[in-house]
Amino acid sequence: MRKSLVALFALLAVLGLSAQEFTIVNGTEPVSLDPHAVEGVPEHRIYMALFEGLTVADPRTNRAVPGVAKSWSYSKDFKTITFNIREGVKWSDGVEITADTVVKSWLRKMDPKNAFQYADLPASYIAGAMDYLEGKAGPENVKIRAVDKYTFEVQLVGPTPFFADMTIHYAFAIVPIHAIEKYGADWVKPGKIVSNGPFVLKEWKPQEKIVVEKNPTYWDAKNVGLKKITFIANDDVNVGYNLYKTGAADWVETVPSELMDEVKLRKDFHVAPEYGTYYYIFNVTRKPLDDARVRKALAMSIDKKALVEKVTRGGQVPADSFVPPSAGYTPTKGLAYNPEQARKLLADAGFPGGKGFPTLTILYNTSSNHKRIAEFIQAQWKENLGITVNLMNQEWGTYLDTRSQSHNFDIARAGWIGDYLDPSTFLDMWVTGGTQNDGLYSNKKYDELIQKSRVTSGAERFKIMQEAENILIDQDMAVLPLYFYVTQNLINLDKWDGWYPNPLNTHPWKFVRPKK
Amino acid sequence: MARYFIRRALSLIPTLFIIITLSFFLIRLAPGGPFARERDVPEAILQNLLKRYHMDEPLFKQYLRYMGDVIRWDFGPSYRYRDLTVNEIIDRGLPVSMALGVTSLLLAVVGGVSVGIISALKQNRWQDYVAVAIAVIGISVPLFVMGPVLQLVFGMKLKILPIGQWISTHGLKAIILPALTLSFPYFAYIARLSRASILEVLRSDYIRTARAKGLKESVVVWKHVLKGALLPVVTYLGPAFSGIVVGSVVVESVFLVPGIGRPFVQSALNRDYTLIMAEVVVYSVILIIANLVVDLVYGLLDPRISYK
Repeated sequence: MRKSLVALFALLAVLGLSAQEFTIVNGTEPVSLDPHAVEGVPEHRIYMALFEGLTVADPRTNRAVPGVAKSWSYSKDFKTITFNIREGVKWSDGVEITADTVVKSWLRKMDPKNAFQYADLPASYIAGAMDYLEGKAGPENVKIRAVDKYTFEVQLVGPTPFFADMTIHYAFAIVPIHAIEKYGADWVKPGKIVSNGPFVLKEWKPQEKIVVEKNPTYWDAKNVGLKKITFIANDDVNVGYNLYKTGAADWVETVPSELMDEVKLRKDFHVAPEYGTYYYIFNVTRKPLDDARVRKALAMSIDKKALVEKVTRGGQVPADSFVPPSAGYTPTKGLAYNPEQARKLLADAGFPGGKGFPTLTILYNTSSNHKRIAEFIQAQWKENLGITVNLMNQEWGTYLDTRSQSHNFDIARAGWIGDYLDPSTFLDMWVTGGTQNDGLYSNKKYDELIQKSRVTSGAERFKIMQEAENILIDQDMAVLPLYFYVTQNLINLDKWDGWYPNPLNTHPWKFVRPKK
Repeated sequence: MARYFIRRALSLIPTLFIIITLSFFLIRLAPGGPFARERDVPEAILQNLLKRYHMDEPLFKQYLRYMGDVIRWDFGPSYRYRDLTVNEIIDRGLPVSMALGVTSLLLAVVGGVSVGIISALKQNRWQDYVAVAIAVIGISVPLFVMGPVLQLVFGMKLKILPIGQWISTHGLKAIILPALTLSFPYFAYIARLSRASILEVLRSDYIRTARAKGLKESVVVWKHVLKGALLPVVTYLGPAFSGIVVGSVVVESVFLVPGIGRPFVQSALNRDYTLIMAEVVVYSVILIIANLVVDLVYGLLDPRISYK
């Protein structure tokens, strides 16, 4: 009896241990482990294990909660933010993190010599930073400073009440300057890497896996619930799903859309609204798309409810506005499905019954999902407006070139996931001459409103943005929103705690733990 | 023989030169570039990036610079994987791909020849029909179907083999499914090939002579039949090896094998110019050497062939 009891306890101990090990199918091989050089979702997840910025995402709301900064406060006009750095927070090699480390880290990110992607994110909001990034001024021009050892102050270009939320992003990462100076580009290699997150790098096999282990020197180590995380590099959705099904992985965040009907029935499948929009861009410089009536007719003749129910089938939400709903911001109403009105608008524009309407082309990047959606829209326009459109697919790199560089398209498929929870991440891109403005839309009133939103704060700011979105969608129909993305995660929440469906699909590892 | 070998080895150089030159300019003709993103890179950062990788220089100067580096076997930094040089990526992946490729080739040859012998000796009996059926399946089913089917059967239903990842995670059994998948079409083809050529040799005069001398059947088969019958198989080894090398690109993706095949596909999609170039060079060298080795082995097996 006693023997079997011992065996039972031993078994429980083993189970308890392995239950603290977590494996995720992480998607494509990360481009880097250097938080300043990374971009993309797989990299972000590794970043959240190895590093910690001033703030961390709340696992439920994705708003900022304290990280290296224990608190922060805005000035009255929201143009200055002061972070109070937690005292005694150390790198994995024992060196302390101070306000000066943060200053040097952010300057490294924006240093033009380093040419880091996403450097424009901090540079767009921090006073004087854009000049530095563009090589027009030195680093002393950037308005960030260490007031004292544990106080870090940022002066902003305009009122930015969401700046603390933004600092969750890896573009605002804090890096071990002392180690980078010592090892150069090799500082991220195993054996050399110095980090400050809840986990430290144990093993890195490129194209295969990254293994991290709990960091005993992390300031909040007692609240970290996992001992080990394995990130599997994988480019194939089906393989990822199979790994999950065989129990080789605990979490996978993309499921094969062909198997959606099977996956949907699973208890461990979690669909939740995501802060992102799937949409079509109109090239407004091309006839007849330069006529707002034509664009509106095209928009009002698509039954988006049927689109998400019959074509995408993964719980996506039909979208009439470009900005997804979020706390405090009510998106514009948009143009609802109304084939009658659409036909009338098309006739007003000189194409009664679709007669004389040129054959336009829908451009999308090669994927069976995009193809099915384009075919549905092609059929809708045929049925409701009597017009014919062609479909054209291009491989990703070619498609990006066509869409953003040569602008040689009529209508192009696109998708946008917010970098942080604020409507500006959706609306800023449509200003005249914006780098992301691939449809070459230009409206002076819109530009003015966006400019105004950058120097206003509070509820007033949201009102201005809503007005701008109304112009963009209801009045001009410059872009055609189709549906809001949803996150589609497979994870067994009877087994894991501290993981919640959330709008940016950001799940900080420090909160994830086995369920008791 | 030695002179022939040296001449063939030297011919590698102009071949590689042409391959590198052509690919250097061809991949730059593809629309888009290594820094194109859904979220457009701001002009300032783009300029900094171009400068960092010398892409702001005239194309011909870039070409000369690249040629100079390649001669020193330095493939430069990857445009996508910032922590790794292209040499590091190749150095890590190549042994993995070679292990997979050589295992597959061995499986294909040993398995193929054995099945070939059995079905030739048991011609038109049930063993022969089974072998032919397997061969037909092997030749006609593509790798990207075979792989997932094997995963489904052995990984998901029987749960006896891992469906992905490599030796560092699962030990040696990780190599079984990818090698089976990769070798299957070549195994099947070699089985057909050796069956046909064994049948042909069995009817030849010198085999009749051997039997007339009263030799044991096993000696006839192993000593006389096989040596003659293996020649076509050896000829096929060159194309088979190329096929296995190329097929490994698919198999590595399906089974998450950390070789050089997966980065090859990714580098093309990412327009990671330096990595594509290095992959092209490495694959070219492998194929050229494989063909050279096959030619030499051919000479060893068939005394009628000599090299001058």
